[in-house]
Amino acid sequence: MHYETLIIGAGLSGLAAGIRLAYFDQQVCVLERHTTIGGLNSFYRLRGRNHDVGLHAVTNYAKPGTKTGPLSKLLRQLRIRWDDFSLCEQNGSSIKFPGCTLQFSNDFELLHEQINSAFPSEKDHFARLHQFLINFDELDLQQNAQSARETLNQYLGDAMLIDMLFCPLMFYGSAKPDDMDLNQFVVMYKSIFMEGFGRPFKGVRPIMKTLVRQYKKLGGELRLRAGVKRILTDGNRAVGVELDDGTQLTADRILSSAGAVETAQLCPPCPSTKEEASFEPIAGDVTFNEIIDTLDTTPAELGHNETIIFFNNSEKFSYRKPDEPCDLQSGIICSPNNFQYDTPLEEGCIRVTALANHDYWLSLSEEEYIEAKADWVQKIRETAIQHLPDYRSHIIDTDSFTPKTIKRYTGHINGCVYGAPNKSLDGSTNWDNLLLCGTDQGFLGIVGAMLSGITMANNHCLMN
Amino acid sequence: MAPAEIRQVILDILKKIAPDEDLSSLDDSVPFREQMELDSMDFLDIVMELRKAYRVQIPEEDYHHLGTMDSTVTYLTPILKDV
Repeated sequence: MHYETLIIGAGLSGLAAGIRLAYFDQQVCVLERHTTIGGLNSFYRLRGRNHDVGLHAVTNYAKPGTKTGPLSKLLRQLRIRWDDFSLCEQNGSSIKFPGCTLQFSNDFELLHEQINSAFPSEKDHFARLHQFLINFDELDLQQNAQSARETLNQYLGDAMLIDMLFCPLMFYGSAKPDDMDLNQFVVMYKSIFMEGFGRPFKGVRPIMKTLVRQYKKLGGELRLRAGVKRILTDGNRAVGVELDDGTQLTADRILSSAGAVETAQLCPPCPSTKEEASFEPIAGDVTFNEIIDTLDTTPAELGHNETIIFFNNSEKFSYRKPDEPCDLQSGIICSPNNFQYDTPLEEGCIRVTALANHDYWLSLSEEEYIEAKADWVQKIRETAIQHLPDYRSHIIDTDSFTPKTIKRYTGHINGCVYGAPNKSLDGSTNWDNLLLCGTDQGFLGIVGAMLSGITMANNHCLMN
Repeated sequence: MAPAEIRQVILDILKKIAPDEDLSSLDDSVPFREQMELDSMDFLDIVMELRKAYRVQIPEEDYHHLGTMDSTVTYLTPILKDV
């Protein structure tokens, strides 16, 4: 079989790219190794309950009818309606550090006021930083990576304020330990602090299902249980793929959402005609454990109304692979109930996320793994209840995942969520017609993932 | 295709790309960009929709002809005259 474009991975970016190409009548096929769609943002059913794999909240919230911004752009590009996602706004979230809390909502003014009152000496500095960030073109795909921390240090004097700004933005997207690329910082700053959080009533399902429905309606082909064993090459060019079952498919070009290193590993070492590799992806090592507690009541009944809490209990915020199995000094507490839905969710839920050491979680035997997982569920939960009412007597079900789970279902090296620390913004690889989309292209979050697929499809698969 | 038909084709494309826009008050001599929230992704869509419907190839160096409705219709009239 020959296709104009083959797409590796049926996650948000792969399906969004597929919709663009199918809409413009390309012969396109999305290949997915797993038995279902979704990738890092999949969903599953366990003991009669629906869960999302990754979704806490959709960033880049925009009200219906908004004409600008990333969400509006992607709805237009995919020819889908705002109502297909029907995002409900958050109640409000916070960043909690020792002795200091900053609240934020979908109205940037709240965060602005909170910063001005908690850090009065930084008022003017922050205003200048904010202006700089607004003017920054984070979508320029030709820019070189620069350190966000260095930039923030130039504008702000208070180390805690810098860490507090970094905390949610890193947790929701950084593949780099203790720093971010400046363009990624700006993407996240705008999408979280300025646009804000929303969530469909039914979580990630309506988003994934809208994408796959649209893709198929337009004539796109989706093959599940179709893992790519290797990418076939000829000279500088990728010419096709061989699937796990030995089937060979050829294509004019291949768009891979498998990750930069993961994609490179599917290819021969380096194009024989190129002197040296132009892009050397690095495997990331920032990843997480997460617990999902189902409650017999709602968080609001227990007095907890906040949507997401980003907390850090130590003097300095550390965002890196911990020495311990999980980092109990910091984390994310998300309550999917605490969005402004028309009707409440059926059951209460608290999700807690902590940085994890992938070497530890990937090295355990099956028995050790089950024991350690249960043990760390308790520990992670204990750190969380320092920041919200003790809900432990209300738990009726718990699930959790580790880097091992992420690796198993997504194939990402080290079970990494945010991929390689160095991104390929223009999507290029060492092979002429093999392009990246998704997390290693560098747009972040749910909306970012879809925009990544759209942008790479436009730039590399439609314009020629 | 006559200029009036071409104008309608473009209007139909704009409706697809930006379903929420009110196109009834569109001024044909003013750039689309100034009247609607269109970005480079949307301009690519105009080109792609034309290609999809009429098999016309518009090279990237000609994209600047698509600034206003008037300039677009003028540019497309010879290209679409036999369609």
